[in-house]
Amino acid sequence: MTQLNSYRTGPDEDGGFGIYGGRFVAETLMPLILEVQKAYEAAKDDPSYQADIDYYAQHYVGRPSPLYFAKRMTEELGGAKIYFKREELNHTGSHKINNVMGQILLARRMGKTRIIAETGAGQHGVATATACALFNMPCKVYMGAVDVARQAPNVFRMKLLGAEVQAVESGSKTLKDALNEAMRDWVANVEDTFYIIGTVAGPHPYPAMVRDFQCVIGNEAKQQMLEAEGRLPDTLVACVGGGSNAMGLFHPFLDDKGVNIVGVEAAGHGIETGEHAASLTGGRPGVLHGNRMYLLQDEDGQVVEPYSISAGLDYPGIGPEHSWLKDLGRAQYVPVTDKEAVDAFKFCSQMEGILPALECAHAIAYVRKLAPTLPKDHIICMNMSGRGDKDVNTIAEIMGVSL
Amino acid sequence: MAETMDTGFQPDSGRIAARFAKLKAEGRGGFSTFVSAGDPDYDTGLEILLGLPDAGVDMIELGMPFTDPMADGPAVEAAGLRALKAGQTMTKTLAMARAFRDVHPDTPLVLMGYYNPIYSYGVDRFLTDVKAAGVDGLIVVDLPPEEDKELCLPALRAGINFIRLATPTTDDHRLPTVLRNTSGFVYYISILGITGTKEIQADPVRGAITRLRRHTDLPIMVGFGIRTAEQVREITQVADAAVVGSAIVDRVRSNLDADGKPLPGCAKAVLDYVAELAAGARN
Ligand SMILES: Cc1ncc(COP(=O)(O)O)c(C=O)c1O
Repeated sequence: MTQLNSYRTGPDEDGGFGIYGGRFVAETLMPLILEVQKAYEAAKDDPSYQADIDYYAQHYVGRPSPLYFAKRMTEELGGAKIYFKREELNHTGSHKINNVMGQILLARRMGKTRIIAETGAGQHGVATATACALFNMPCKVYMGAVDVARQAPNVFRMKLLGAEVQAVESGSKTLKDALNEAMRDWVANVEDTFYIIGTVAGPHPYPAMVRDFQCVIGNEAKQQMLEAEGRLPDTLVACVGGGSNAMGLFHPFLDDKGVNIVGVEAAGHGIETGEHAASLTGGRPGVLHGNRMYLLQDEDGQVVEPYSISAGLDYPGIGPEHSWLKDLGRAQYVPVTDKEAVDAFKFCSQMEGILPALECAHAIAYVRKLAPTLPKDHIICMNMSGRGDKDVNTIAEIMGVSL
Repeated sequence: MAETMDTGFQPDSGRIAARFAKLKAEGRGGFSTFVSAGDPDYDTGLEILLGLPDAGVDMIELGMPFTDPMADGPAVEAAGLRALKAGQTMTKTLAMARAFRDVHPDTPLVLMGYYNPIYSYGVDRFLTDVKAAGVDGLIVVDLPPEEDKELCLPALRAGINFIRLATPTTDDHRLPTVLRNTSGFVYYISILGITGTKEIQADPVRGAITRLRRHTDLPIMVGFGIRTAEQVREITQVADAAVVGSAIVDRVRSNLDADGKPLPGCAKAVLDYVAELAAGARN
């Protein structure tokens, strides 16, 4: 493992995290991306922008989210002490709104009048549709046709909020294809449109910008953990799709050397079957969607269609900063299968009275394996990135129950 | 900032420069086509490629298929996916280029596509093989000047033209950046948007070409949104060349059976259609 003085200095001025990141976009978008970067840098230095973000975080999103000691689960597993960072209690039901509020406030500062977004599980789409309703802006959300079917409740929520939902029929009809289609919309509508990317990926400055907006998770967790335990946690766990909820929790702890950091990837039917979405375990560096990152691809550089039961993790890439942290060895990334995640979904529901999103059910599944192997004074902090109401249809289908 | 440097190499734009000089002598603009390598399969794709010069095509863009062509519309995306499904690879695309060069020593051939298949193949190996195949230049949609050190500078050092895209959003302030490490010709994307979705408008293109000419002496090719012989005629009167892509790959598609296999006479039907379009550049 390479030791750096700080793991929190990235990206460099070209958006690089080591070899990862960058700005691999068509020329049509390039001027706009430079404009977004400039506007974001200016906004960061403007106290009124941060004040706006804080205002909506407190009064609209409902922050801070609690840090909750999962007592029953801890006792049941008989090892490490387990805490949940309760991002599922945010307005709209996941961490996605943290990022959306930051970006939509930036879009307004830039004078943009139309918003587009991609979504997988529909949580980012719902958060974006919500913020667009709040600020009275037209909103178009791209969603793979497969995800439209498996996350039907969220599709209806977006429509109720006034957004237009476009089902994407190309490729694997999932998150990757929704991103392609959103990028295409953006190219055609650069003049008035702001693209709210939902995770820590895409061309610079998005990975850094989304991370900054999500760092509220880790910053709060640090403070809350010090209040609850008088010390930092020993291990952080979060699921990784594109990596935003995980980066939000991890980043504020990157320079706390004693803190182990673990991201949980979707192993689908199992890494060995090839049907998975574990880009860090099963991929290699590649360029897609504006950045270099670990990417699931064949030997000819064609993107391989990922698979996961969880729409939010069903993506062939992973943000550039995670790719870099993996290479440095500062964070570890482990795979968890569909089956383990579904079991963990039920386990958490009945053990703690919390229906977790299928995405963070992957993180719970890993905690379930890890906690019993650790001593009772070991503290795990896991990000409960979203609530599972959107997934009840999927779970019912697996259980053979018709709703 | 983007790494900018004088590579000290002037790529051999021999065939490209010679072709534009010939067009100038003939007093007309050039006609270029985009086809996806290996669409609908290797043999038919090669037959189409080899027939293009005789159908009146002055220079050729050969698409390197990619699963996720983010700047392309449904027609070009489908063409690439058909090729991939039929087993097209980068190795086969380079083999096609070599086969073309063996038959047609003078017609410029440019490879067009996205970076990941090149990155995966290995930049050095790619440039060596591209050079050996007799390819004249590269157009890589997702490599703006900010990423010049990835492929543009190595390509220029290897003596291969790196053709840049300029768009309606490339303003006067940015144009020098876009034109800095470029050679061969400039590709002007005439619309805001992806391929095959909007129809070209001649008037704004005329204004844009005038603006571009203030910044460069390179020939200017215009593409995206040209679908008819009449549009080819209009655009070749204001620019040095016009390129048609989506309309041609659509013609490939309409000559396939329900299983996506080429119908008898597929290549000929496509080439006849290309000849109709090519006539637009000649009267
Ligand atoms: C609840 C929840 N968690 C996690 C994710 C995965 O995204 P990320 O890795 O960016 O947090 C999603 C995405 O849809 C989600 O809805």
